Formats: sequence, structure tokens, C-alpha cells
Amino acid sequence: MPALALPSPEAAARRLAPWLLPAVILVGWQIAGSAGLVSTRLMPAPLDVAAAGWRMAETGELWTNLGVSFLRAASGFLIGGGIGFALGLANGLSRLSDRLTDTTVQMIRNIPHLSLIPLVILWFGIGEEAKLFLVALGVFFPIYANTLHGIRSVDPQLVEMGRIYGMSRPELFWRVVLPGALPSIFVGLRYALGIMWLTLIVAETISASSGLGYMAMQAREFMLVDVVVLAILIYALLGKVADLLTRRLERACLAWNPAYRSA
Amino acid sequence: MIASTLRRFEGFAPTSRANLRRDVLDREATRDITRDRTATGLGITLRGLSKSFDGGAPVIDGLDLHIPAGQFVAVVGRSGCGKSTLLRLILGLETPTAGRIAIEGGEAPRRIMFQEPRLLPWARVLDNVAVGLTRDGRKAQRRARAAEALAEVGLAEKAGQWPATLSGGQRQRVALARALVSHPGLLALDEPLGALDALTRIDMQAMIERIWRAQGFTALLVTHDVAEAVALADRILVVEAGRIALDVPVTVPRPRRRGDPDLAALEGRILDHLLDGRA
Repeated sequence: MPALALPSPEAAARRLAPWLLPAVILVGWQIAGSAGLVSTRLMPAPLDVAAAGWRMAETGELWTNLGVSFLRAASGFLIGGGIGFALGLANGLSRLSDRLTDTTVQMIRNIPHLSLIPLVILWFGIGEEAKLFLVALGVFFPIYANTLHGIRSVDPQLVEMGRIYGMSRPELFWRVVLPGALPSIFVGLRYALGIMWLTLIVAETISASSGLGYMAMQAREFMLVDVVVLAILIYALLGKVADLLTRRLERACLAWNPAYRSA
Repeated sequence: MIASTLRRFEGFAPTSRANLRRDVLDREATRDITRDRTATGLGITLRGLSKSFDGGAPVIDGLDLHIPAGQFVAVVGRSGCGKSTLLRLILGLETPTAGRIAIEGGEAPRRIMFQEPRLLPWARVLDNVAVGLTRDGRKAQRRARAAEALAEVGLAEKAGQWPATLSGGQRQRVALARALVSHPGLLALDEPLGALDALTRIDMQAMIERIWRAQGFTALLVTHDVAEAVALADRILVVEAGRIALDVPVTVPRPRRRGDPDLAALEGRILDHLLDGRA
């Protein structure tokens, strides 16, 4: 039967359902703009935004800024996340390391990292280091805290079982502790991705000469509202993409956990 | 399986009350009453064993005990009497405050089964069983042995599943397979059936008894359930205040019939002892 090759109508409907609301909003917004209900000087219609996107994609401006922002986000995330993960592991596994560093980390954590922007500009100017520093700092805490929490909350009964069954310390780590901490580490990863974009956009908006945030600020100077809205929509899409990738990764790594199994 | 467990044992002739009485009063319970078979079990000798936590009152208090290789010993007692601590001491999970533990009979592994299955949720059933094997040997060989142990507990077809998809009784059977896959010389059972429903429990009791008879390890069962102790064990130890208050052999031949009057009498006697201890 050829019909079997296609997804059933119900399955297609289930897949499309999450996109129904965004589509309705877009259509309503377009109609409101075209009918003159909303001033297009303050809020351009979706088609105008799409046209702006097309224009900037053609000149290459969009891709350059997107690439610059992505690179900043990724490298800041890798640095801050890497340090947070390593310190979370160290403090989860070693009492000594925990005693020496945790109090300091908790104190620094209570400083909103964006409040450091003036200081960071004084230190690094508006160069790449400033953005990397802020993103890395912002990403560090959720990864650190959730890795530490994940390792602390590994079922001690399972650890005892591993010991009794003769697992060596590295084996205990790879087979019991790390897989047990993984769900919590993923929670940290998701938080960190959100903070990563937030920090970067704020930093780029305040002090930068390239990137998505800079693009939006420049557009404001010239009253190019369509480009401002375009930048905001791109943030929404990037957030969705990051979320999608994390979900994929979670499903692959946590297939054993009924809470993460795909329906 | 339930039916076979509940089946009356046809050739069984009940021992007389007087006989039972004398046996029960026989304090020389350390004599080996296991059947002859190629014993792979470990013998256990405890001398003056004591354990207290953080300088508090002793949980185990100068305990002497000998368990011959291959014997099935049940340890019963009120909660907090120290029976689980005794088990953990013998397994080497706690260090004694005083006294000596000697395990005789070779290097066979010692395994423990807990009330919770303690399976790794992120490892498939077969890999969970393979945790019980030492890491040497080829992978294919280890998997084959794990599959064999899994078949022994009747779960061969669940090898590729996640533990989360199994019922409580099935998980406990996987834990049993994991404990047995390395052919241990001593299997300690710390209330392994406490969390199961009554029928699953009877199934598991029969399974443990069958595998014990086939493999010949020394079995040490800690339980709240006196009926379970009486049904499975060669010998019952009642622990009170960190000492052995009663050491009773169970001479009723196997397979034992559920509801056997001699077993019931013995169960009553042990229960009386436990309840008297409260007064």
C-alpha cells in the first residue's frame, strides 16, 4: 500500500500542532499591519521584516554578524561551561576541592554577571575578550551548580553496589557516577544556553562593533525598525535551535530514563 | 511455578513432635547438615566479634559463630537487633570494632543482594548482570555468561531491556542473576524479598532454594519473615541485642511443603522467642 509510505494525517497534525500558534500570530500581525491598525513605523509587518532579512542576506551583512555572534557564543560557552563542568566534577568527587572553592564560587554567583559590564569595558575595552569573559562567566554557574548537584545526588546505594562488585574508582565514575549525574547536567546545559544568548546580546548591544546585537543597535540609530525586529526574531529562532539540539542529545543519552523517552 | 512450589511433597513423613523438640533444643547447631554435593561454599568463623558506631552502645557484642561451607543460614531478629550489621561485617562492608572474621575455603567471590535491586538504570538488563563478573576475559564470553545467569532466573528474553521496564519482582531476579553470575562462594541476602508481594515472594524463595541447591554456595539470609527463614534455611539464628540468642537447626527434609506442621511448630517457637524478648 503506497499510503503507508506517507505519515498518517494524525501524525502530521501532531507534528504541525506546535507551529499553529506562531503561524496564527504571524498572519494576524501581517493583517493588522496591512490594514493600518498598527503603525508600521513602530512595528513593521512580517513581510517587511522578511524583506529586510532578504536584503541583508544578499549583502552578506546578516551572515557576517550571525557568524560573529555564533562564534562568540560558542567559544564563551566552551570556556565557561568547560571550567564549570570540571570544577563541578572536582567538587562533587573531592571533599578537599569542595571545601577550598565552593564558598568562593557561591559568593561570586550572587553577583549578577551583567553588572560587571562597566568593569569589563574598563578592563578589555570593547574587544572580543569582553564578550568571551561575560559569556563564560554567565555560563559557568548553571553548569557548575548542576554538575555538582548531579554528582551529589547519585544514589549512594548504587555507588555502594559498584564498590561491592569490585569496580575501580575510574570504573565507578564512568559506569555509575557520571551516568547518574547526567540528567542534572543536562538541566544545567539548558539553563546555560539561555544565559549564553542573553549575555551575548546584552554585551553586543552595549559595546561591540559587530554581531547581531550591534546590528540591532545600528538599525535603531537609523530608525530601521524592520532590522530591529529581524534581529529579535533571529534570537527566538536561535533559542529554538539550541533547545532542539539539547533535546536530541538528551534523548540519545538518557534513553534509559522513562522521563526522556520519546513517545 | 507457584503450583510447583505449593505442591505437596509426596514422600515426606513428618518427624515426630518429640524428635523435633530434641532437635530444636540441640545447641550443637554448627554441625554440617547440608546435603553432600560438590561444595564450592565458603566457611565462616567469627570470634568475639563486636561493632559499635561512633563509640555508642555495641550493635554486635562479642559474637561467636561458625558457619560451615554450603550451609543455608537464616538470621532473624527484631529490627535494630544488629542482624544487618552482622551481614555487612561478614561481607567486609563494615570493619569490626573488635574480634575476628575468618572466611575459609578459597577465593570465590562474596556477593550480597539487598532489599532494593540496585540495578544501574542506564545499563540494559544483560549489562547489569555482567556487572557481577570480574572485568577480565573476553567481552563476548562475559556476555554469554551473563545471558546464562539471566536464563537461570527465567528472564532470558529481557536481556536487551532497560530496568525501568521491568516489574519489581523481575528487577529483583536480575539482581539475583547479577549476584550469581560469578558463582559466589557466599551469597548474603539482606531482606531481598521484603518489598515483593506474597506470590512473587514464594516464587523467588523457590528460585533461591533451587539455585542454592545447584550451586552449593554458603547462603546467609537476613529476614523479618520467620516463615521464610523456616522454609529455606538449614539453620536459624535469632539475634538479640547483638548476640545470638537462639541457634536452631531445621531438619525438615527438602523440598519443604508450605504449611508443614513441623515447620509451623518451629516458626511458632521462634516467634514466641522473639515476642518474649519484648516483654
